Amino acid sequence: MTRLVLDRVAVPIGRETILRDIAFAADAGALIGLVGPNGAGKSTLARTVAGLLAPSAGHVLVDDRPLAHLSRREAARRIAYLAQGDTVHWPLAARSVVALGRAPHATGFGRASPGDAAAIDRALARTGTAALADRDVTRLSGGERARVLLARALAVEAPILVVDEPVGALDPHHGLNIMALLREEAARGTLVIAVLHDLALAMRFCDRLIVMGAGRIAADGRPAAVLSPDGLRRHYAVTGHHGAHEDEAFVLPWRSLAQKPGKSKE
Amino acid sequence: MTLRAGLLCGALGLVLAGLMLGSLAIGYVAIPLPTLVRAAFGLADPATVTIVQQLRMPRMLLAVLIGAALGGAGAVLQGLLHNPLAEPQTLGITGAASLGAVIALYFGLVGIMPFWLPVCAMIGAGIATIILLAVARENGATLTLILVGIGIGGISIALTSLAMNLSPNPWAVSEIAMWLLGSVRDRTFDEVRLAAPFVGLGLAMLVATGPSLDILSLGEETARSLGLNITRTRVLAILGTSLAVGAGVAVSGSVGFVGLMMPHLVRPIVGQLPSRLVLPSIIGGGALVLAADIAVRLIAVGPELQLGVLTSLVGTPFFLYLVLHLRRQLR
Repeated sequence: MTRLVLDRVAVPIGRETILRDIAFAADAGALIGLVGPNGAGKSTLARTVAGLLAPSAGHVLVDDRPLAHLSRREAARRIAYLAQGDTVHWPLAARSVVALGRAPHATGFGRASPGDAAAIDRALARTGTAALADRDVTRLSGGERARVLLARALAVEAPILVVDEPVGALDPHHGLNIMALLREEAARGTLVIAVLHDLALAMRFCDRLIVMGAGRIAADGRPAAVLSPDGLRRHYAVTGHHGAHEDEAFVLPWRSLAQKPGKSKE
Repeated sequence: MTLRAGLLCGALGLVLAGLMLGSLAIGYVAIPLPTLVRAAFGLADPATVTIVQQLRMPRMLLAVLIGAALGGAGAVLQGLLHNPLAEPQTLGITGAASLGAVIALYFGLVGIMPFWLPVCAMIGAGIATIILLAVARENGATLTLILVGIGIGGISIALTSLAMNLSPNPWAVSEIAMWLLGSVRDRTFDEVRLAAPFVGLGLAMLVATGPSLDILSLGEETARSLGLNITRTRVLAILGTSLAVGAGVAVSGSVGFVGLMMPHLVRPIVGQLPSRLVLPSIIGGGALVLAADIAVRLIAVGPELQLGVLTSLVGTPFFLYLVLHLRRQLR
């Protein structure tokens, strides 16, 4: 069972400290949403968990070992990362792109490891992209490409998957599709951490939401509790419409309030 | 390596071997093929051995070396910068290497020790490559990089012209001018010995970047998340390009557009993965420059055509074709 712990982490970018006092623990088999207003530090936190930014204070611990003590490749095998608006720079076949996800497992001089082909097939099958395997990724539709890139991240077969705004530019059909895939991945035992802007999707699909505000954790808990009318007002400065459909609770942001997000009105 | 890439490398190797023989066969004295092969290994009458080994072989080897250096550097630079127009000539690296060599010639460093010629050219190539990489990190757009390359090339030409302008010796000026046009004519084994170790080392570094270039096609951040040491890849590519192109340019002047053409010529056969382009581009680059050098000797137009003039005559239209063809992607 994988366990991720952030212990009072502070992260600078340049001279400015972007994140302060970030502390939480998360276990395998959950889909955790990172939410919060623009500029609150969601992506910075995602990149820190992925090992792309180094904390100036505190530790990111994976299975009780500080991420900073792992080699690049050990860290890459434990944590897969899908960047926001990811692109591929050459007209490669989808299968070649997914195969690059096996890089952390390569032995020696870029040679493939034995389990690679099977892992690539699994990633293609799970994302429903097996039929696209030979197509040029740069010519796929946005939704198809998003699934292939997710397959690339899944091909790492890391116990932790960090995705930054996986549904940002997708239409509802493909957005719901990607969220369902992340949900399945969590059900399979992966710890999935997703930066999300769409509160309706976050509320419905996540087990837990961490709300960021001005570089700190503003709230952490079950979606319904975190996105209560009071929570929406405090974290996002909006009112919301809360309801239920097919036995699932949902929230629809409704009206912006005359205050800045992240400030409580007391 | 895939089967297709292996077959292509084999086929290009055969073509290269054929061209090497062809290059040795051309000259004032006609030598039959069996004698030629024996002479190449020193097993013929002394006069023939001298002609083949001392007069014809350095020219042949230098053409292969410079071609391999340019082809390999082109393939790696295109992969590293995600830029189908990248290559030593369009990015100004060849020009900067030429400037380094001219500085070495102008200040008499070469007179002190011939070793300074390739070293200064490599330093010039290295500085240009580092500037390009710094710009590419800030703004990765294809056109921005080409424009910076034009800038670097322009400064190099301006300073080279300044050196020629201020030179008190008209003979030195015409020497430099002819050398800048690019040629492997009348070279000796001294030049081969000067360039070969650096070109060889540079090529080894360029080949070593291959697998990392594939991962880099996913973008820098994703590549890092896959455990890639990007700094190591960059240093290998910069050093490899500087050593191979710098040393090559130092002994043969500027031979352009080979690095641009080779990767595009092999892509239809081996596919788009950057790592698969490097080795075929190295072998094919050697063959291409050698073929061009054979062509300049066979084309009879008054004074012999300079090698760099021929590659530019063919390469510039190819560059324009690529720009028009890639117009949509470049925006």
